[in-house]
Amino acid sequence: MNLTLKVWRQANAKAKGNMENYSIADISPDMSFLEMMDVLNEQLIGQGIDPIAFDHDCREGICGMCSMFINGEAHGPDRLVTTCQLHMRKFKDGDTITIEPFRALAFPVIKDLTVDRSAFDRVQQAGGFVSVNTSGNTQDANAIPIAKHDADKAFDAAACIGCGACVASCKNASAMLFVSAKVSQYALLPQGKVEATDRVMNMVKQMDEEGFGNCTNTGACEVECPKGISLENIARMNREYLFASLKG
Amino acid sequence: MALDSKTPKGPVADKWTNHKSKINLVSPANKRLIDVIVVGTGLAGASASATLAELGYNVKTFCFQDSPRRAHSIAAQGGINAAKNYQGDGDSTHRLFYDTIKGGDYRSREANVHRLAEVSTNIIDQCVAQGVPFARDYGGLLDNRSFGGVLVSRTFYAKGQTGQQLLLGAYSAMNRQIGRGKIKMYNRHEMMDLVVVDGKARGIIARNLVDGKLERHSAHAVVIASGGYGNVFFLSTNAMGSNVSAGWKIHKKGAHFANPCFTQIHPTCIPVSGDHQSKLTLMSESLRNDGRIWVPKNIEDVKSIREGKLKATEITEENRDYYLERRYPAFGNLVPRDVASRAAKERCDAGYGVNKTGEAVYLDFAAAITRYGKEQAHVKGLDENDSALVKKLGQGVVRSKYGNLFQMYEKIVDQDPYEMPMMIYPAVHYTMGGVWVDYNLMTSIPGCYAIGEANFSDHGANRLGASALMQGLADGYFVLPYTIGDYLADDIRTGKIDTSLPEFEKAEAAVKVQLESFVNNNGKNSVDYYHKKLGKIMWDKCGMSRNKKALTEAIAEISALRKDFYKNVNVPGTTKEFNEQLAKAGRVADFLELGELFAKDALERNESCGGHFREESQTPEGEALRNDKDFTFVSAWEYKGEPSKAKLHKEELKYEEIEVKTRSYK
Repeated sequence: MNLTLKVWRQANAKAKGNMENYSIADISPDMSFLEMMDVLNEQLIGQGIDPIAFDHDCREGICGMCSMFINGEAHGPDRLVTTCQLHMRKFKDGDTITIEPFRALAFPVIKDLTVDRSAFDRVQQAGGFVSVNTSGNTQDANAIPIAKHDADKAFDAAACIGCGACVASCKNASAMLFVSAKVSQYALLPQGKVEATDRVMNMVKQMDEEGFGNCTNTGACEVECPKGISLENIARMNREYLFASLKG
Repeated sequence: MALDSKTPKGPVADKWTNHKSKINLVSPANKRLIDVIVVGTGLAGASASATLAELGYNVKTFCFQDSPRRAHSIAAQGGINAAKNYQGDGDSTHRLFYDTIKGGDYRSREANVHRLAEVSTNIIDQCVAQGVPFARDYGGLLDNRSFGGVLVSRTFYAKGQTGQQLLLGAYSAMNRQIGRGKIKMYNRHEMMDLVVVDGKARGIIARNLVDGKLERHSAHAVVIASGGYGNVFFLSTNAMGSNVSAGWKIHKKGAHFANPCFTQIHPTCIPVSGDHQSKLTLMSESLRNDGRIWVPKNIEDVKSIREGKLKATEITEENRDYYLERRYPAFGNLVPRDVASRAAKERCDAGYGVNKTGEAVYLDFAAAITRYGKEQAHVKGLDENDSALVKKLGQGVVRSKYGNLFQMYEKIVDQDPYEMPMMIYPAVHYTMGGVWVDYNLMTSIPGCYAIGEANFSDHGANRLGASALMQGLADGYFVLPYTIGDYLADDIRTGKIDTSLPEFEKAEAAVKVQLESFVNNNGKNSVDYYHKKLGKIMWDKCGMSRNKKALTEAIAEISALRKDFYKNVNVPGTTKEFNEQLAKAGRVADFLELGELFAKDALERNESCGGHFREESQTPEGEALRNDKDFTFVSAWEYKGEPSKAKLHKEELKYEEIEVKTRSYK
């Protein structure tokens, strides 16, 4: 199929960006979206135009590195997939596709479609862990039975890949879904209970300092999340935060 | 020249315990004076960084991705082995040790593998303590599943995302230390070269990928944890950015590179669909617990399928060839990866491949869906003979076990694997070969270590499923943090290493020259053009089946391709900006050298063992034929200016505990 692509081009963080139009031909419906971008970049290199910078790595939907805002949706029109798992069969011959970076104050553009999401790392560094050293003498893994229901819920929260689609989709650029997923994982497990109070306070504080917006419960994040992280986690984090504030 | 692995003396089961109690230690006060660089943040790099920082060392960690959490360990699906024997099915440290040696076709170092089996149980305890949400049963205890090449259930898992959960565990341990200031994390940085001062590894030259600036970083030891080199084949299950460069740079500075030809071709990947393909996707080996592999028995059925006249589900049981169950009754669909891959190739080469390209076999879950469905119907007191109900219940069980894998398959292939059997074909997945290390995981450069997939030591000629995660975390959490102290104990009075030393200057200047030459080359072909060409040579001539003629051709072709690359590659942009093509050019340049050494190593090893199948060395039934008399050694190559001149050193492998036998899964 033949397509017109409108792509955000921005040389670096300080430069002014703009949308550029490119035409691309003979795209197979079996290609992934990023393979289509590879074809476009080969074409641009051949024409002496700077290829489009975009983040990607595993190309199997798990590393969380790819991050395109396609036709107004984080990771494009398909549900429960990252950009790398979006396939061209979701588009039609002759379509015009708009491709932008994940936009948020806390995610400054590095170049073109590549943004800096290190704010997510800093939120995790503020408390997204259990303080246990490697010693080889931790208690036997089966010493604490965990109800399957809780373990499964903790897993569902832990499945977050940290891509930032939730932030990009939110009109307030809120990171509540991302932060609450980590808080929930540990809140649901006995290992995480010991530090629960400090964790939620510190992570929320860092989240605010990074410049993420507030949550107004629109639920856009849940719709666009490639891993189906549930809004239930935000409710759980609010509960944790309230208890922690009362204790603190 | 013989290589000394520095393996401790004594019975194999006591070596690690005795070694730990005898090696030199660095006191807590002195650890503060010592800097360690870690390159790579997969399971090995992240766990090593966290543990070294907990111990008190000053750690600097580098990754080329935008966050340490992206490292490709994240994509590991099926699970992690540990000799916990929670299932009471006869597992033990010795059995895990034995299975791993046998699985590796008797080409791994016995003492290292035993140590791996010993620390495996600690890994599970550690990860659970960190809050890794492993799968559990209804009693709240940890669940296990079975993997290829073994007769017990020792694999711990978190759905089909075990690697993700383990890596996020190690990442969280790192985050805690980054927050404490004990790890300084350098995201979007690539290691460009190792700096050696007075024969010791003392730092690296790194490039900030955002602004292109070169940086000098010094340390008392450098740990390479940069993963495997499967991307030398262009198409593999590795991430797009996975590369050999860190390992190759240290090789060029004096570290021997061991067994480069030992590559794992994984049997269950989604087949190639066209020329545009950028990578291949694995379907976890855990699927072989419940999936049965087959092709049609009759060639007419194959033709009808390819023409779209017949569906897989329309072929009756008696017209299917469950070739693994037929050839290997004892292990059936759970034979090791190398055996399963070759068996698929054999059927497809014979013309029985089931997709348009002729390179695919079926992985069928219908039997498992019925079995689970009946079980559920029985548990719930429902009608076991209601086939629609049984199917629905069975699909639910399969979804809970492998849901994310089935979804991934459906998104890529556009076919529902709950209704139709999956189509799969082998693909490059893991590299057992890597930087040569001694028992302490130190390379042949003093102070330079290699851990995880980047080294060669534990998997011999074939890795068993769910053992890569085990090795990465074993090296990073439980081995390196001990053994590195033995070396660093001599460095407590050294003080900070000065980055203005001439060695740093020289290394940086050389890096600059290469980068400038790429962007000023003004050639006519893109970097990917060369990468794809290299991949094709590798797959056609150094792939699942190798022979003297093809390997000799491969060496000449890769060498010629490399010359053409330097002459005609086109790298747009400048060195002083975010330039993905430039980063890729450096990685492909290293693959073009490694590829040649790979072929040379494969040519030299005129025997079949594990993933390395030489057509000249097979039994009349077409099974791999090992030659223990001539090849019970590790090939460790020393760099001598270019790959063709590399010098072979042999580390003889001695088996004290295990009797070397013909590997049979029949």
